[in-house]
Amino acid sequence: MGTFDFLLQGLLVAAQPMNLLYALIGVTLGTAVGVLPGIGPALTVALLLPVTYQLDPAGSLIMFAGIYYGGMYGGSTTSILLNTPGESASIVTALEGNKMARAGRGGPALATAAIGSFVAGLIATMGLAFIAPYIVKLALVFGPREYFALMVLAFVTVSSAFGDSALRGLTSLFVGLTLALIGIDQLTGQTRLSFGVPDLLDGIEVTTVAVAMFAIGESLFIAAQGDRGPDKVEAVRGSVWMNAADWARSWKPWLRGTFIGFPIGAMPAGGAEIGTFLSYATEKRLTKHPEEFGNGAIEGVAGPEAANNASAAGTLVPLLTLGLPTTATAAIMLAGFQQFGLQPGPLLFATNPQLVWGLIASLLIANFMLLVLNLPLIGLWVRLLTIPKPWLYAGILLFATLGTIGANPSVFELGMLLAFGLLGYVMRVFGYPIAPVVVGLILGPLAEQQLRRALSISQGDVTVLFTSPIAAVLLVIAALAFLVPLIMRARGRGEVLTQLAASED
Amino acid sequence: MTKGTHPSTQTRRPDWAALTIAAVLAVVAGLIFWDVSRLIGLAGYSQVGPTTVPYAIACCLIGLAVWTAAEALRGDFPERDHQEIGPVAWIVGGLAAQMLLLNTLGFSIATGFLFALTARGFGKRKLWLSVPIGIAFSFVVWVIFAKLLQLSLPAGPLERLFF
Repeated sequence: MGTFDFLLQGLLVAAQPMNLLYALIGVTLGTAVGVLPGIGPALTVALLLPVTYQLDPAGSLIMFAGIYYGGMYGGSTTSILLNTPGESASIVTALEGNKMARAGRGGPALATAAIGSFVAGLIATMGLAFIAPYIVKLALVFGPREYFALMVLAFVTVSSAFGDSALRGLTSLFVGLTLALIGIDQLTGQTRLSFGVPDLLDGIEVTTVAVAMFAIGESLFIAAQGDRGPDKVEAVRGSVWMNAADWARSWKPWLRGTFIGFPIGAMPAGGAEIGTFLSYATEKRLTKHPEEFGNGAIEGVAGPEAANNASAAGTLVPLLTLGLPTTATAAIMLAGFQQFGLQPGPLLFATNPQLVWGLIASLLIANFMLLVLNLPLIGLWVRLLTIPKPWLYAGILLFATLGTIGANPSVFELGMLLAFGLLGYVMRVFGYPIAPVVVGLILGPLAEQQLRRALSISQGDVTVLFTSPIAAVLLVIAALAFLVPLIMRARGRGEVLTQLAASED
Repeated sequence: MTKGTHPSTQTRRPDWAALTIAAVLAVVAGLIFWDVSRLIGLAGYSQVGPTTVPYAIACCLIGLAVWTAAEALRGDFPERDHQEIGPVAWIVGGLAAQMLLLNTLGFSIATGFLFALTARGFGKRKLWLSVPIGIAFSFVVWVIFAKLLQLSLPAGPLERLFF
């Protein structure tokens, strides 16, 4: 069967009423968290994991993917109207979008962001559907050493290639890898680093760490900044609709943003932010209205918004085909798969095609839902921004602890939540990124398994890791991704990388 | 920001907070070495066993500790913004209160305190108002998640009063 047949079958799965409902819940929640500053899709999926234990796997995963897409749409609203990005991939949107809103062109800014996200989401999801089978075929020849090399590459790009310091990125990664050691070793059943505490035998829950660091650490950090005066929400004045000139200036940036964002998301190269910065730079160079850049150029909203949605879809390529998460949200979605005993990767396409293709097809449907949610109903979301901060963060912490209590109502688990929350706060203060911790925690045990398998096969000979051509190439790329930025920073070119910092989602 | 590549000439004092981080990383590495040394006799016939990866990670942590210490001594760490301790203490207090009260007083009351103390940390000073609001809101959440979605959230006196 070709991709089209699979996709049609997937559409049948996705069009089941329950799955449509899950998709709707997902995109609605996702838009809400995207709009609210301070909470992102990674946190929301982490919060929902315990709640979805009893639901069926396909429905839950459709909901999680809806949250991911929704978060990408919703973030733009906050950037444009509040000048505070709702999630990290929308930082660039705030540059031009907020200027447009102040000039009374908030409506067209929101519209070009939403329609651009839609166009990009549609093309990129189709891209996902058509590329995935090829990568699955390629992945079938992968052995343990190739997987290990791939994971090393993901570790390097997530932690040290971008951001303002390789040292701090790597430290975050190793914090995650150390936490991953705790518990029973999967291959021999030995306990490691549990110090006789029975609660630690099962290891540290990814959801606990993610919720603690993203929700509690972030709330503590924002509280510690003190009162910096109220943020001003720009009202949407005038028409939401774009005029002919807006359309003419938007469609090319949408397409360019899509083609920049999708490959960057699909490669293990960090978050969606990178694509948005590249797209912004491209639009700035190609524009016919350079004088408007910095004062509200519509291209500067259209391109990056398309890029961030396209890279969200791109992220699903390595996640679904290789089981390799490259962003914090993808890492937690992987935890979601594992919760149902599913391991994403080439095998999943063979053993559970309804689920995989249902998920991909539901993304197409979610995209249509999001367009409706974000254009005619934009007023509802704007009202979310007027919730006073004390109630907003009190509510966020309530729901943050709710998930942990629902999974395991013990004092010990809540103590860990508090401890990791404080750790997350301290890391924020010192400029350590959080995403590598989560990626290290979830990918660490998988990488260890592959490494030990590879070394067992070779009876302890380490050189075997470099003798497979695919593994060698991947390791060389990983080494370059580590060394080149280091040299760039040493030569004072670090600013470029700082701008490309992959922070949260 | 990467001011690190051009060390400023005026201030070159060691950064004690960053040195502490380096020390903590080294201690964690030591902890891994100490814990994993128990397992040595258990390695399989190849040299690869449950100890291999922990040793590798511990070595990397030592390396990172040295690197961090070097940056700290050169004053390469970014400057920190001023942090207000008060709000942080309120929120931590709220989380601690919830942790300690949860299994005796139930979800609604314990989480109500978390809610009110968090709001206090963000500037809502009227605790006599926000504690009842928090408990009421938490109770609604408890009903939705424990009764409708079958999530096991601990019940206390308040929840037993109604169900």
